[in-house]
Amino acid sequence: MTVIRARGLGRDFGAKRVLRGLDFDLAHGGFLVVTGPNGAGKSTLLSLCAGLLAPTSGELTVEAERAEIGYLAHEPLVYRELTALENLDLYGRLYRIPERRERIGMVLERFGLWEARHERAGSFSRGMAQRLALCRALLHEPRLLLLDEPYAGLDDAGTQLLDDELQMLARERTLVVATHEPERVSELATSALALA
Amino acid sequence: MNTSLRNNQAVLLAGSAAILLLVGTALAFYWVPNAPLEGFRQRIFYYHVPIALTSYACFGWAAWKALRLLWTRDQRYDLESYTAVHMGVIFGILTLVTGSIWARTSWGHWWVWGSRQLVLFLVLFLFYAAYFMLRYSVDAGPRRANLSAVYALFGVALIPVSFLAIRLANDLVHPVVFTHDVENNLTASQFTTFFVCLAGMLALAGTLYRNELTGKRVDARLRELREALQ
Amino acid sequence: MRYFGDVAALARKDLLLELRSRDTLPAMVLFVLSTLVVFHFALPAETSETAETGLLWVALLFTALLGLVRAFVAEREQRVLDGLVLAPCDRSAIWLGKGIGVVAFLALAELVALPAFALFFGPVGWELIVAVALADIGLAAVGTLLAAMAAASRARELLLPLLFLPLVIPVVVGGVGASVAAQPGRYLAFLALYDAVFAILSWASFEYVVTE
Repeated sequence: MTVIRARGLGRDFGAKRVLRGLDFDLAHGGFLVVTGPNGAGKSTLLSLCAGLLAPTSGELTVEAERAEIGYLAHEPLVYRELTALENLDLYGRLYRIPERRERIGMVLERFGLWEARHERAGSFSRGMAQRLALCRALLHEPRLLLLDEPYAGLDDAGTQLLDDELQMLARERTLVVATHEPERVSELATSALALA
Repeated sequence: MNTSLRNNQAVLLAGSAAILLLVGTALAFYWVPNAPLEGFRQRIFYYHVPIALTSYACFGWAAWKALRLLWTRDQRYDLESYTAVHMGVIFGILTLVTGSIWARTSWGHWWVWGSRQLVLFLVLFLFYAAYFMLRYSVDAGPRRANLSAVYALFGVALIPVSFLAIRLANDLVHPVVFTHDVENNLTASQFTTFFVCLAGMLALAGTLYRNELTGKRVDARLRELREALQ
Repeated sequence: MRYFGDVAALARKDLLLELRSRDTLPAMVLFVLSTLVVFHFALPAETSETAETGLLWVALLFTALLGLVRAFVAEREQRVLDGLVLAPCDRSAIWLGKGIGVVAFLALAELVALPAFALFFGPVGWELIVAVALADIGLAAVGTLLAAMAAASRARELLLPLLFLPLVIPVVVGGVGASVAAQPGRYLAFLALYDAVFAILSWASFEYVVTE
């Protein structure tokens, strides 16, 4: 079963053409690694797959509902003035997660943020913010994960956590990961896309 | 639709606009008798009101295209909606100008807040001028198309609501409301002349609309081709 | 009713944010008070009650604008809006949740402004209060939607007043009319009509303002 299908996918921003003529398929359970220099359109591609942007040319079909998609962007997408717990609680409610409290606790624990749960997200270091963003993206156990530079800003401990997590996720879910360091995930990847 | 048919349609439309307006002008100046109260000056009515109605029609058309855009997500409708608003604003400005002239000849002032027509068009002009500001400050793409479309729909809702508001406001602000006598009852000859002028104005708007739209489409296509060649 | 659960969660979030940062509401209150004082100095001695009431409405309008300019700032700065838009909830819930917050802020600012007006200028009748309540709904409804539009543009704070002012002229008419006319009923009914038309329109079209 194909989860993502792109045919001649293109995206312009005004006069600037960021993506052009992309063709690829991603099957259920697959792991697609997207590489390319800055400005090549990796983030744009992930935004398109998430449904935040619409293609300006070509076709893109994503066989997943909004509730089944987990998206990790460059920004953590959390409110700086709210605590980690409050942020996740909000997303937990919006994503209708059953047994919300337990799930949030579990995820915070998993990424080593349980002690910091009552601190404002704005006071987090880059690494902690990235971990919180990962918590947010994985909170609702999405079927399809779209991760934009997930390793960015993580320290060694965080990197290890993410390695383990990706190992596990790669077995059960479908993933698209955009990264500068494809070596990290090359073992897990089932296909690769290099953007120019 | 093949090109020759399109060309024929365009020529037909332009031609009928020219004929209708010429005939209408002739009727307005030579055939229709002088209005009892206002006299010769009243004849600007045959331009002013058709222009105003055409402006409304353009905004309505823009709203329809906007609805189609939001419904089908077909980006083609964005240009059509935008062009229609453009036409609407042009005719709106003309409404304000002709209305102002008429106010000057009827009541001695270039602007009267008591004239509902004038005030309504002023509000609409401000609203649709902001439409262009909106478009200029958002990068081209599906988002801009969506925002423009929603705004165009708000415009069309604003027209009747504003009209009502201005009506109510006049009770507060202007005990004396300025209307032109002729707007209330039309004789048969007046009505015919008016109708011909209205048809002419609509045809003119249609011609300008097609022209503008074609131009914009050609520009877009040219840009696409340039991009493809790079 | 999941929809209202979403709305409640979002509205709570906005109120919580304001409680933490405490920037928008105090600014609105201070602004409206300063404006009223400026009006005192700007008006000649024998200004009619009608003119003073009119200026009150102008003050309220610009106070609303001040609040609205801040409405989507948090979402825009961290692109949190993307996170909300991706959630499976109806996008109009974002509008409603935010709109409720805006109404609350306006009401709180007016809780200070109206007594101040009564103190500085003249008495405030029940018609004025009802009109203000109705106007708040209309202003918040269109304002929230337009604020989201402005947030998506490059011009942002510059754009919002341009979009907002023409659209809320009817609110000023209804509000001032209800405050000074002999028979306020018509004007109040008109405000209710405005609210109904534009709230429904905003609710239905918000989806398209935040997605592509």
